[in-house]
Amino acid sequence: MIVNEMQKILRQNIREYGMYIALFVIMAYFTYATGGVFISSRNIANLINQTGYIAVLAVGMTLVIVIRHIDLSVGFLAGFLGALAAIAMTSWGCSGPVAALLALVLGLGAGLVTAFLVAQMGIPSFVATLAGWLIYRGALLLVTLKTGTIIIDNTFFNALGNGYVPDLLGGIRILPGVHKLTLLLGVLAIIYFIYSEFKTRANKLAYNFEVLSAQIFTFKLVFVSALMCCVTWVLAGYNGISWTLVIVGVVVVLYDFVTTQTVLGRHIFAVGGNPEAAELSGISVKKIIFVVFGSMGLMAGLSGILFASRLQSATTTAGTLFELDAIAAAFIGGASAAGGVGKVTGSIIGALVYMSLTSGMNLMGIDISSQYIVRGAVLAGAVIFDVSTRRGRK
Amino acid sequence: MGSAMSILEMKDITKTFPGVKALSNVSFQVEEGEIHCLVGENGAGKSTLMKVLSGVHPFGSYTGDILFQGAVQQFQGIADSEKVGIAIIHQELALIPELTVYENILLGHEITKGIRIDWNETIRKATEMLKKVGLDLNPATQVKDLGVGRQQLVEIAKALSRDVKLLILDEPTAALNEDDCDNLLSLLDGLRKHGVTCVLISHKLKEVIRIADKVTVLRDGQTVVTLDAHQGEVAEGSLIKHMVGREIDDIYPKRSHERSEEVVLSVANWCANEFGNGRPVLRDMNFHVKKGEIVGFAGLMGSGRTELARSIFGNPDHYKLQGEMQVKGVRRHLTHPRQAIQAGIAYATEDRKRNGLVLIQDVRQNITLANLKAISRRNVVNGNAEVKVANEYKTALAIKTPSIEQIVGYLSGGNQQKVSVAKWLFVNPDVLILDEPTRGIDVGAKYEIYTIMNKLVEKGMSIIMISSELPEVLGMSDRVYVVASGRITGELPVAEATQEKIMQMATSC
Repeated sequence: MIVNEMQKILRQNIREYGMYIALFVIMAYFTYATGGVFISSRNIANLINQTGYIAVLAVGMTLVIVIRHIDLSVGFLAGFLGALAAIAMTSWGCSGPVAALLALVLGLGAGLVTAFLVAQMGIPSFVATLAGWLIYRGALLLVTLKTGTIIIDNTFFNALGNGYVPDLLGGIRILPGVHKLTLLLGVLAIIYFIYSEFKTRANKLAYNFEVLSAQIFTFKLVFVSALMCCVTWVLAGYNGISWTLVIVGVVVVLYDFVTTQTVLGRHIFAVGGNPEAAELSGISVKKIIFVVFGSMGLMAGLSGILFASRLQSATTTAGTLFELDAIAAAFIGGASAAGGVGKVTGSIIGALVYMSLTSGMNLMGIDISSQYIVRGAVLAGAVIFDVSTRRGRK
Repeated sequence: MGSAMSILEMKDITKTFPGVKALSNVSFQVEEGEIHCLVGENGAGKSTLMKVLSGVHPFGSYTGDILFQGAVQQFQGIADSEKVGIAIIHQELALIPELTVYENILLGHEITKGIRIDWNETIRKATEMLKKVGLDLNPATQVKDLGVGRQQLVEIAKALSRDVKLLILDEPTAALNEDDCDNLLSLLDGLRKHGVTCVLISHKLKEVIRIADKVTVLRDGQTVVTLDAHQGEVAEGSLIKHMVGREIDDIYPKRSHERSEEVVLSVANWCANEFGNGRPVLRDMNFHVKKGEIVGFAGLMGSGRTELARSIFGNPDHYKLQGEMQVKGVRRHLTHPRQAIQAGIAYATEDRKRNGLVLIQDVRQNITLANLKAISRRNVVNGNAEVKVANEYKTALAIKTPSIEQIVGYLSGGNQQKVSVAKWLFVNPDVLILDEPTRGIDVGAKYEIYTIMNKLVEKGMSIIMISSELPEVLGMSDRVYVVASGRITGELPVAEATQEKIMQMATSC
């Protein structure tokens, strides 16, 4: 009975779980191959901070791909905006927060310009953003021409990519060397998770909808809680929660909520699934294009901030290939080029898979040529898996 | 019947999809040189059976035997079935619009000289094939410039160029007007005289009666009966009875309610010109719709009925409009479908697959798409309320689907149409425009759609029904407008309307 239900759940969700299983396998393999270094608190903390600037791009890119478009310009746009933020702080005397805000606002503006070209002028997004790719690359070289690499020495700004949430509970004497605030937050998160699961279940029962059997429900609670415990413990073992993780977390929660729970989200997926039908259902396709490309630009700004902050400098090559990493992450995460299909959480897992590969292979000392080949193979494999499980669903 | 004469024999074919038995022990036998019609409700298994035959569902994915010209066949794909001489022409045409007629006819079987294509020979062969199907046309015409009727003939020419032994036509007349239908049926008749065997899937029983030698009826994935026209067994009443398993004494259900004189929608001096080149699309149209009325819009394909519907439904084609439109006494200038919906107008499109439904989404999401606000608070969708709404419409319209989580693309045509109607009912409009509401769906589902329409007008909704099937227009409307070349060429109360009068008006300019 329980086994049957488990099988059914697995079968129905194989596509989604496949990605988590892949991530788990990759992490387990690298942990084994590096003698445990990979899973060490320090490496995981670094991995998360490295994934951050790709992850936010992948989130924005997911929506772009869902509405059947593409944005090639965001890599160098991120690099350019990071450089502008650096110049704002070093030459124009702006404070860290103002510089960051500037990058975000300009990013949003750049995204809306793309949207204008696509929605109003009817230029294919591939061409419009290829032009953007060239323009932002030139702009990045232009602003860094005289100075070369711009060193950033703003504490606030640099903390975004390197800093950690301070341990407010550090004074407590138990468990020396462990980040107590992280532990507390982890416990609170687990409690919230269990609470919300019970609430959803009660809600569904009130409507007489089908719910998981009591045993499976308990199993799910225990399993996910245990997983959250592990993550909390690993994070708490180093410096705790990084600011990057906080930022990415907020972005993911916000986007996941908007895409799955709101009218706007539904409209975006309807436009992706069938733009004509969406238009005739009273949805303004143009408006959706503006929203999605605007959000993409905003994420490019955020990505530029995180990357410049991480390097504590703006370089002439910042942002190179970011757009393709983000696109790869979105496709690994289950987005479909045919439109209408994609998940924000999937793309985050996709970004993690992608960056885990890089991090793990670096630790193992594998040379860069092989790394590219492996990453390409994983991308192809992920999409093949996705397509074949999708076909099997009928 | 000796099987020596059979060109095709399908024995005990069973095909299951996860959760559904699409065909169970179906047997189907076609004699050489006959036109054999395959009829049945949507979801009865006609298309699945033909997919098994043509190799779309490869050998091994079904059980049973296929004998073609006496030999057991194990098709792995369409290429295999084409090789032995089976050609299938789908409802959705498989021509490439940007290529010429001759390129399309020999596509995949190009005539070559060395490694080059022999274009002269290609054109000669194509012209010969066009002559065979009675199509007088320059073979260098691009397919996109042809109407649906002529495209269909090009498809048949393409099949004939491959020495086809068995021609399968899947609802070839669904998208054709009366003239083109007539042409096509005459052509099939001519091909029969030349010994081409033909399987015709159709929902139009009149044409089945006109042309069939034999008719096989499928119902719920099983063969019900095979009738022989030469024994006088084929008649509309008996076909319908076998298809639905019950007698339908009247194809058009009667309604009885007091109609009010209140005008809900009125359009005056309505003109539309194409954006850009200014080509006139609609000219000086005047009409009105009363509360609780079904108004039929008859006319030939391309006469401007769909364009009219779209121009009043927020004008998504961006025509330059002139004239005045009033909805419930308020003058409206609508510039987006969203505004039309708010004003109380809904439009279910003629092509539900192309622009009516989001096929990759499920029943629930499609039903609520046009009115998400109603189940949302502060723009956050209440998922539970949504499931409730979707289930209500599923029950009310008897949508046959395993669950509301089913992907709409997997439903049969009739059920897709019901989902499309459900979507617009959830908007609760004053005027519902149904563009070809029963195209490509079977008798049983049609009857259900008609019943739903009657219930709606009894509740006070007004319906504009655009239809190319004259019996349907006459059977369902209270009043009929006839459209030709972008003008309204006539208005008739249904009591005075006849097919002849309408056809005369529809062809009057």
